Amino acid sequence: MVGFVPYRSIVCVKQVPDTANVTAEAMKEDGTVNRAALPTVFNPEDLHALEAALELRDAHGGMVTALSMGPPKAADVLRECLYRGADRGILITDRRAAASDTLATSYILSQAIRKIGDYDFVFCGRQAIDGDTAQVGPQCAEKLGITQVTYLERIVDVSDGVVRIRRNIGLGWELVEASLPVLVTVLETANRPRPRAAKRMIRFKRARVRSELAGEFRKQMAEAKAEPEMPGAPFGQIAEWFDESGLLIDQWSLEEIGADLARCGLPGSPTKVHRIQAIVLTKEGYTQVAASNEGIRRLVHELVVDRTLG
Amino acid sequence: MPNFFLDNSDIQFLFDHVDLEELARIQEAGAENGDADYVPLDEADAVDDYRGILGIVGQVAAETIAPSAERVDAEGNTLNEDGTVTLHPLVRENLKQLAQADLTGFTLPRNYGGLNCPNLIYTMATEIISRADGSMMNLFGLQGIAETINAFAGKEIKDEVLPRFARGEVTGAMVLTEPDAGSDLQAVRLRAYQDGGGNWFLSGVKRFITNGCGDILLTMARSEPEIADGRGLSLFISERSEKVKVRHLEDKLGIHGSPTCELVYQDTPARLIGRRKLGLTTYVLSLMNGARVSIAAQSLGIAESAYRLARTYAHTRQQFGGPIERLPAVAEMVTDMQIAIEAARALTYETSRVCDRQNNNLRMLQAIPEADGDEKMRRTKLRIQHKRLAGMLTPMSKYYTSEMCVRVAGTAVQVLGGSGYMKDYAAQRHLRDARITTIYEGTSQLQIVAAVRGVTSGVFKTYCEQLEENQHNDPLLAELKEKLVACKEQVLEAVAFLKGKGTAYLDLSGRQIVDAAIVVIVGHLLLGQGATNDRKKRVARRLIESQLPVLHMNCQHVLSGDTSPLDEYDLLAEPVPANE
Ligand SMILES: Cc1cc2nc3c(=O)[nH]c(=O)nc-3n(C[C@H](O)[C@H](O)[C@H](O)COP(=O)(O)OP(=O)(O)OC[C@H]3O[C@@H](n4cnc5c(N)ncnc54)[C@H](O)[C@@H]3O)c2cc1C
Repeated sequence: MVGFVPYRSIVCVKQVPDTANVTAEAMKEDGTVNRAALPTVFNPEDLHALEAALELRDAHGGMVTALSMGPPKAADVLRECLYRGADRGILITDRRAAASDTLATSYILSQAIRKIGDYDFVFCGRQAIDGDTAQVGPQCAEKLGITQVTYLERIVDVSDGVVRIRRNIGLGWELVEASLPVLVTVLETANRPRPRAAKRMIRFKRARVRSELAGEFRKQMAEAKAEPEMPGAPFGQIAEWFDESGLLIDQWSLEEIGADLARCGLPGSPTKVHRIQAIVLTKEGYTQVAASNEGIRRLVHELVVDRTLG
Repeated sequence: MPNFFLDNSDIQFLFDHVDLEELARIQEAGAENGDADYVPLDEADAVDDYRGILGIVGQVAAETIAPSAERVDAEGNTLNEDGTVTLHPLVRENLKQLAQADLTGFTLPRNYGGLNCPNLIYTMATEIISRADGSMMNLFGLQGIAETINAFAGKEIKDEVLPRFARGEVTGAMVLTEPDAGSDLQAVRLRAYQDGGGNWFLSGVKRFITNGCGDILLTMARSEPEIADGRGLSLFISERSEKVKVRHLEDKLGIHGSPTCELVYQDTPARLIGRRKLGLTTYVLSLMNGARVSIAAQSLGIAESAYRLARTYAHTRQQFGGPIERLPAVAEMVTDMQIAIEAARALTYETSRVCDRQNNNLRMLQAIPEADGDEKMRRTKLRIQHKRLAGMLTPMSKYYTSEMCVRVAGTAVQVLGGSGYMKDYAAQRHLRDARITTIYEGTSQLQIVAAVRGVTSGVFKTYCEQLEENQHNDPLLAELKEKLVACKEQVLEAVAFLKGKGTAYLDLSGRQIVDAAIVVIVGHLLLGQGATNDRKKRVARRLIESQLPVLHMNCQHVLSGDTSPLDEYDLLAEPVPANE
């Protein structure tokens, strides 16, 4: 095909607590989140990021790699990516990455992206529903030293190493051009995520990261002890079989991505939550401003005085 | 995340209640998997896959199809000047999602890219889709076309077309009805003829064709002009082209998302499916049997949707100082709707299970080497048993479930009162959508004609005796079973009476006798469910206790021997209105 350029995309996805289905046990007595009691879901906007990457691949060919950081259980979201069409999944899982804030997280992700190497696009959801910061995507781009385009609504076209993107700017949109590689953050309105593909689900429901396999293996060994006749293959052989069958999801530690431990987890996270306060916004009347130069001047003045502007 | 599979407790119950591993075993035995990389490891794994697949169906239904239903109903599809049809954009989006989810080759073997699901799982899926939008089922349900091609076409056609169906690239249509051939398909006239080179062509008109604008048309045509009845008909496959045009898109009461087309064939190139003269007698009969179960499933879905609306409304609407569900009349409407749905679901799923055994036995039978005479004999015997049982249960399911659907959709409007009559609520759409289910794929009257044969020929008796083998320890279930045994005797007594009365009276009493027989069968099926579930015991009790008087009435009606609708037709019907 003439002009057929396959693009290599990386999609950053996160497993988050399901804040839409919060139960009474969701909060501990001290007011912090009880993650164990919360069901987890695929961060909603990340599904749209994945869809954007898959649509790009549908149109141009290429490869979509899903990347996540989290506990071994976060392999769930990578399996979900595989069900929906991703070519590869990578999980960064390491106890020392726990409690990372956005700075540390974006550092870890950018290290992993560097390790993946060749890429044209990095897709992130605009923000995660647990933190709501919208910082990780942009921080990653900074660390990688590549262009970032936030609030992507549509990839208009891409050719000769230049992508044109329509981004949503609240009350309207703007068309921007960026040279590849580029990191984009994707809005919920960008697309409608495709469903799982049944055949891929049947195939990849068995996909595992090494830690999960090891856990299952240990459990089986314990059961096998009760039933000594049961034959069992050694772990290495099992892992190899998964790998050869394309069912081993990559699992990377902080060492494997060459991360500086001081920049990861708690030591690498300067954010300190000082206090959490619930704020209820109430409306107290309104002021009408005349649509004249004088009216606008007065409005701007008022906004400056109450520090909304400036 | 809403999910129409996971949120439906009765489907969940039946998924566990039915022995799906047994079903998976016969479905997977000798399955043609080609080099597919999504083959289950064993029966339990296959069942796990079924669950996963239905989970996807439930998600697409709830998240994509259901939210589009109202707009699709209001806006419909469009006929273009050039004789093509443009589907509503949301219908196209729905089709795209179904294809992306790999749901368009649901029952096809894996070597063609299908999921190789049993019919029962397909029936559940069809119900779930129909709950989201009754009209979307018509496009989803046309997978029966691919199934028919798989069952009867030669390898060349199969290899060419089936992978396209499985990938969701094409949709099909089943093209039978003509202006003068509706219920009476033997009267089909559309001409099939050959040129000197043996190539087939079709010419003529078909009407009321669901998705006649689709890519692959399976058309029944008269290939033997000298044979006037059904034996002169053959089945043909053709691709959409300039040579077959949509002349008219019907403006219908309901299922607006489903395009109903009048088609004009003008020397349209076609290929023969299977052998000549078997079009109606073998291929279309088989196709329609599958399609009838699908319509039963569609009826379940529409009824389920109507019911949920009514259930919620009865709970929230306040009159006379409380929710209307506390008023006895409303409480009865609501509970009877739900029980009617569960009863019909029991019958439809059981029918589906029987069809699975039939289909798989047939598949195995064809694969037996000539030498293995014993096995061939065994499977041939089974084939006859299955055929007779499916031949009775299939029209029973289609009839019972579609009539239930119309009734439940009507009751739902009633529960909503004036609001139910307004376009603001979906209840009126469900009622309009429901209304087609008793008409197409053979009207209720024709289903009765087919079912009555089973009731009078001994299939009903044998099947009941088999159901009666279930022993119930629970006193309530045991007592209800005794009642059903007595009812069966009553039905058989009415059957004996009918047999002495000639065919006109048999036709006249068909509905009563089939209604009575269905109550006995459904009663047994619900007792079986009650054996593992306390709530189901109460469901069985309510159904049986409320339907026994109706059964008695129907049997008495038969025994009355009243033939006045025939003998005194002109008198009772009054003359044909002069100016209609
Ligand atoms: C929305 C829609 C979609 C359709 N889709 C398709 C399609 O995809 N493909 C296709 O081929 N056809 C399709 N049909 C046609 C449909 O199958 C026929 O309309 C149906 O079989 C009835 O035929 P008819 O309309 O000619 O009614 P008629 O046959 O004229 O029936 C009129 C009445 O007479 C009764 N009657 C007729 N014969 C008997 C009998 N022997 N015993 C007792 N009662 C009898 C009927 O029950 C009915 O009440 C569709 C129809 C509709 C409305």
